[in-house]
This record gives sequence, structure tokens and C-alpha cells, in this order.
Amino acid sequence: MRLKYVLNEVLVGLWRNVTMTVAMIITMSVSLFMLGASVLLYMQVDQMKNYYYGAIEVSIFLRTDVTDAQRSAIDQAISSNPLVSDKTYETRAEAFTRFQQLWADSPDFVKSVGPDSLPESFRVKLKDPEKYKAFADQIAGMPGIQDVIDQRTLLDKVFNIFNGLQVGSLGVAGFMAIAALLLVGNTIQVAAYSKRREVAVMKLVGASNWFIQAPFVLEAVVAGVIGSVIGFIVLFVGKIVLLDHKLQALTTILTPVHNGNVWLMLPLLAGVGGVVSAVTAWVTLRFYLKV
Amino acid sequence: MIQLENVTKTYPKASRPSLDDVSVGIEKGEFVFFIGPSGSGKSTIIKLLLHEVAPTRGKVVVNTKDVTTLRSWKVPHFRRSIGCVFQDFRLLPNRTAYENVAFALEVIGKTKAVARRVVPEVLELVGLGGKEHRYPHELSGGEQQRVAVARAFVNRPLILLADEPTGNLDPDTSIEIMRLLDRINRTGTTVVMVTHDSNIVNQMRRRVIEIESGRIVRDQARGVYG
Repeated sequence: MRLKYVLNEVLVGLWRNVTMTVAMIITMSVSLFMLGASVLLYMQVDQMKNYYYGAIEVSIFLRTDVTDAQRSAIDQAISSNPLVSDKTYETRAEAFTRFQQLWADSPDFVKSVGPDSLPESFRVKLKDPEKYKAFADQIAGMPGIQDVIDQRTLLDKVFNIFNGLQVGSLGVAGFMAIAALLLVGNTIQVAAYSKRREVAVMKLVGASNWFIQAPFVLEAVVAGVIGSVIGFIVLFVGKIVLLDHKLQALTTILTPVHNGNVWLMLPLLAGVGGVVSAVTAWVTLRFYLKV
Repeated sequence: MIQLENVTKTYPKASRPSLDDVSVGIEKGEFVFFIGPSGSGKSTIIKLLLHEVAPTRGKVVVNTKDVTTLRSWKVPHFRRSIGCVFQDFRLLPNRTAYENVAFALEVIGKTKAVARRVVPEVLELVGLGGKEHRYPHELSGGEQQRVAVARAFVNRPLILLADEPTGNLDPDTSIEIMRLLDRINRTGTTVVMVTHDSNIVNQMRRRVIEIESGRIVRDQARGVYG
């Protein structure tokens, strides 16, 4: 009986004030969508770091006028260095072939580069990619070396962009969340006002506080959960449309976004939406109902 | 049953206390009138007994419970032992007489089955048999107050508080309501009534406590309005 009563009150409450309910659900869904996108980006960057840092190499480009003696000295130094786990050597011809494959889509660009314009190089894998600095310091001063480049620094630039996007969407999520919370508070106040007679009688006859508050709190929770489901659907559709179709080319650079991770957002968003709405409603009631 | 010990209540911003060092005891089954001019502090007594306000100083004991130290989450349960009737009836306009009384039961966790058994009984007791399904606007003032009394009494409280229950009623209807309260009192329920209706007080000849400027100036068994 009591459950039925509470559920009925919730539905009536949401319907009585339907424009406010819709506004509450929309802001909630946008906010939670941004939160979901932010969390997904964070997971994505994490996953990409694991993936790329494992395959990362330090490139040691040699000068064009390097002598055979210098080359073998460098080779020797790399092989005997305890930080190194693996090493390959790439001749100019090999570098040029790889270059041609890489830019096969732009034949004009390939034509403008001669087979001798690319330097020969050693590709070195470190046991611990974090130790790049120590390795570079030991090797960089040797004669015949043009440049030592850590792919990590290149990747970090990409990751910085992702991090920026992530922080940005988190910021938007927070901003929208403020609007959503104010709407929840306002909706609850309106609901409490329209039921002030019932509330007064309930207090008079000694209805317990939770019984008076539960319909209001649940009203907010239902709106929050509906908002989170909509936010989740937008997130999922956005992932399919953007990453799986429109920007598919990018996914060769980005590691694939697993659907499993996207599904994980549903309980997360629903949880955050529900709990935040409930707390807001409860705090509002404490000020407004004074039970 | 009810014990006020040196109770002083000063509302914030008020220049003088509404109740000033009031001590009074009310036994189980008594019928007590609190009388006095407007603003004398008599309504504050009702609010103190309901724990709507807390005393500034002193102790309020209701039904052996010290209300002053009652934790706020225990207040709802405490109120279930007290029925309450007001001058403005405080009925829900969109519910019938039956539903108004049943609502009071349902929100404290009683089942619909209990309500179906108890509500017609109590409506019969207050003399509203046959009018269960009327809405408040279809009832006269006296009948609305009967619904309010039924709602206050349906839970068989130990104490019935009545804050000027006849204030909005004509003299004949007032007398009927008083007969009803008297009948409820005879079931063993302690009745505390705040009023300034001299007719009623003079007819009932019950204990009269007169308050003036927050102090008790008279406490008389079988008293008159004076």
C-alpha cells in the first residue's frame, strides 16, 4: 500500500509540473552526456597510453656525412647500453620505402622527396620508456648523430589535446550540472508548495519524515535517471555515428573505443544522476519543509 | 498526563515572553479549558504540547515523555498519541470526508483494510453517518469540524488538543461540537481546549485555566468564563 501510494505521488508530481520536469530532464541529460564523454575520453587516453607506450621507440637519426667508424661506434654504444631492450637499423633506402608507403595517398609530395633526403637511423626500444632522458643524455653527444627523437614527446602532444577536450567537457558538464541542480531544487519547491496542505496534515497526524519526503525525493530521482538514460543514448549514438562512420579514418590512430566501455557509462550516469538529484531534493526539503 | 514545569517561551524578536514561568499539571481523562484574551499565550501551550515550538526555559512532559529533550526524528511518532483540531478545520479540499480521515491513517502506515474498518465507525461516532462521500465544500462548517474531530480521534489518541474549535461556528453548532468533545472525553481521552467562547465555558462547567500576559491568573475546577 505505502509503496503504491509513494509511486502514485511521484507520477502525479512529475505530471503536475510537466514543463519543469522536461527542463530538468533535458539539462540533466546534457550534463550527464558531457560527463560520460569526459570519462570515456579519459579511459581512451589511458588505453592509448598503454597501447602506444608499449610500442614506442627512440629514433636516432644519423648525419648525412656519418662515417662507417662513427656508425659502428654508435651501434656498439646502443647494444651495450643496459637501458636498451631492442634495436633495429634502418638504411636510407628503407626509410624512403616506408615514407612512400606512408604517404601513398599524396604522390606529388612523394615525388618532391628524393631517395637520399631521408636520414638513416637506429630505432631503439627501451626496457622502460620513462628512462628516455637518461638514455638520450648518454648517447646524444656521440659524433655522427643528427638528432635523438623520442616518439613519446610527439604522443604527449596528442594526449594533451585529448586531456584538454576531457577537461573541457568535464567543465561543461559541471556548468550544466549547476543549472540542473537549481532546476531540481526549484521543481521540488514548487511540488512541496502545491502539496503544502497534505504535508501540513501529514505532520499533524505524525507521518514519519521519510514518508513525507520520499515522494519528492523520488520525483527528482526518476527525473535524474530518465535524464541519464537520454544522455547515455546520445552518447552511444554519437559514438556510433562519429567514430564508427564519419571519422572512421581517425580510428586507425585512435585505439578503438570498445562498446563495453560505452555501456559502462549507463550505470555510471544513472548512478550519478540519481544520487545527485536525490541529495539536492533532500537538501531542498530540509530547508523548505522543516519537518 | 500533561505537565508544564516553570515553562517560559519567548519568541525571537518579541519584547515580552508569550508564556512566563507557567507551571500546570493535567491528569489523565481531564477536560481543561485554557481561556484568556488574544495574545495571552494560550495557543503557545498547544504548540508546546505538539512540539511545534520548544520552550525557552522549563520542562514540558506529555504522556510521561519529556518533550523538551525529544529528538526531532522521534517527533512524528510522538504526535501519533495526540489528536488535534483547529479553528480552520484543515481538511484536504480534494478528498471526501472518508478520504480525509483515511488519509490520516494511511500516512502513518495503516493499511486500507484497517481504514475500511475504522473510518466508518468514527464517522458514525461524530454523527456523519451517511455523509462519508461528501467533499468538504459540500458540508456545513459544523460538519467539516466533525470530520476534523473524526480525523483527530480515529487513531484513539490519549490527548485531544483543540485550538478554538468553535471559532468559526455559530452558537448552536458550537454546542454540538462541544457535546462531541465531551463524548470523546468520556472515553477516557484527555481534552485540552483553547477558547475565548464564554458561553461554552459557562455551559460545560469544567476546569478553567485563565491566562493573561503569559501568566496563569486563575485555575478553577468546574469554573466559568468569569
